[in-house]
Amino acid sequence: MAVVKVTRPKLNTGEKMYLGAIFKGFIITMKHAIASMRNKTRGAEAMESTGLGITMQYPEQKWDEHLPEYYRGAPALVTDEQDRERCVSCQLCEFICPPKAIKITPGEIPSDDPWAKVEKRPKEFEIDMIRCIYCGMCEEVCPEQAIYLRKDYAITGLKRADMVHDKKKLYEIGGKRVGLVNKWNELK
Amino acid sequence: MDLVITLLIILAKVIGLTFLVVLPLVPISVYFERRFSAIIQDRVGPNRVGIPLTLFGAKKDFSFFGLVQPMADGLKLFLKEDFTPSHVRKAFYWLAPALVVVPALVTVCVVPFGSDIIVNGVAHKLVIADLDVGPLFVFAISSLSVYGITLAGWSSNSKFPFIGGVRSTAQMISYEIALGLSVVPVLLYFGDLNLSNIVEQQAANGWLLLPLWGNSVPWNNGGDYTAWLFWIPAVIAFVIFTTSVFAETNRMPFDLPECETELVGGYHTEYSSMKFAMFFMGEYAAMVIGSSLVVTLFLGGWSLGFGLDAKISALSIGGFGIGGLIHMAVFMTKVVAFILFFILVRWTVPRFRYDQLMRLGWVIFFEAALINVFLAALVIAAPQFGAISTIGGLALLAVVTGALVWVLKVSEKKTVPVSI
Repeated sequence: MAVVKVTRPKLNTGEKMYLGAIFKGFIITMKHAIASMRNKTRGAEAMESTGLGITMQYPEQKWDEHLPEYYRGAPALVTDEQDRERCVSCQLCEFICPPKAIKITPGEIPSDDPWAKVEKRPKEFEIDMIRCIYCGMCEEVCPEQAIYLRKDYAITGLKRADMVHDKKKLYEIGGKRVGLVNKWNELK
Repeated sequence: MDLVITLLIILAKVIGLTFLVVLPLVPISVYFERRFSAIIQDRVGPNRVGIPLTLFGAKKDFSFFGLVQPMADGLKLFLKEDFTPSHVRKAFYWLAPALVVVPALVTVCVVPFGSDIIVNGVAHKLVIADLDVGPLFVFAISSLSVYGITLAGWSSNSKFPFIGGVRSTAQMISYEIALGLSVVPVLLYFGDLNLSNIVEQQAANGWLLLPLWGNSVPWNNGGDYTAWLFWIPAVIAFVIFTTSVFAETNRMPFDLPECETELVGGYHTEYSSMKFAMFFMGEYAAMVIGSSLVVTLFLGGWSLGFGLDAKISALSIGGFGIGGLIHMAVFMTKVVAFILFFILVRWTVPRFRYDQLMRLGWVIFFEAALINVFLAALVIAAPQFGAISTIGGLALLAVVTGALVWVLKVSEKKTVPVSI
């Protein structure tokens, strides 16, 4: 291996005096301070900062329209265009869930129902948002595309029970999702 | 009866100036430190904490730029657990925080906060103790605070605080010399050690660093350029004095006693709750006193300048001279501006290495301050000396300076570049 001799750079008299460098530093820090005060910090516009620095003031302004397409927020159940539950309570998501946040109680669809051929739907579907790690494995594993990670990120509650999303809440977050679903297909 | 009134006036001055002027400056400078450092780093800083009016039924909370933040911090420090580790030496551990705060607050008593306030025709000076040895008193008392820090480091009985305490001792002693010597030219120039008189002279004849009115201007005093020539040693003294004040107050380029990255928290690692807050308070109070001393000695103290001070002093409402209060406001503005400079320095200049610190103190500032005393004396004495003696003196000064610089150059060890 070639030997590289590293020597310290020679300082000229001005640099040895040190005061000039300090003044240069003052100018740089003051430039930042003044730019922050005038809302001219680099990147402030893209972040929609409200005045100081590049920080977005959270409750007044939110990230929502900046969220990317692939953002993974709270998992939720979706219905199809005819308001039918997509979930067939196969419990794959419950088994794949790494932190074991999902709890499903399967229920049978009665035989007089027009969609009796689907056989099962969830009686209870609970996701404990304290446990959830937003990994998206449930979405990936779902054969019926019934569970999706939506863009909700502000999941709050005053007690632990508030943080458990039940079936009603999950459908409320999830809403409607249009598209082909295997089980509604007449040919299958 | 007279005695009672005199005592009451002194008490009012002590309480008013110490507890209503200097101590509130401590949380304010903490707030400024946080906000200013934030905008330097493109952040926001604490801007939320306010008065929670919504608790009392109002529509919106009142958060005046987060100015209530220091109060919240103070409350937090009061309510925290005051934990005393079992391995400390209790008596000194308890004594140390007080020894840091008290000297910083005692030095307040010689700082002139404003010109006289006139009540019922009697002039009251806005200074607690009008001592004739002002700067010396400040140096004597403020250097006592090193005992607090050293005791804190030693009594904590653990290694990082101990290193912090030892560093602080060495640093304080080193920079005390530069501090004392750099102020000698100023005292030579004014011929007075009373801080009130020094400020009054500056108000009448131009500040030391801004000699633009009164007797210091050549066309007012019959062609005497002493004040303008003295500007050079004054600036050198200002730079040395200010830097030494940074070192004395353990502020950023010299905050080796408590540098977080090396010593956890330095001398106050083992302290918590209000005892830690006392160290904090002592540090910031020392900063306030340091900047008020710089302002008093070099930047005209309470004077507004440009010959306006006599007019301000004459202002009065119904026999109550309010000029002193205006001057106090001017003084406070200057002090806060200088504290902001302190903060700017802290967030600009990186920390010195320990040997660099010692070299700067002992080798550069000590010598520079000594030469500066010579130069200042020469400038002041030049009118009486006459041309020939002055030039002789200048030549001697040049020779001495050259010799010193040469000695420094020769004594510096040449490091051989290390090959890897």
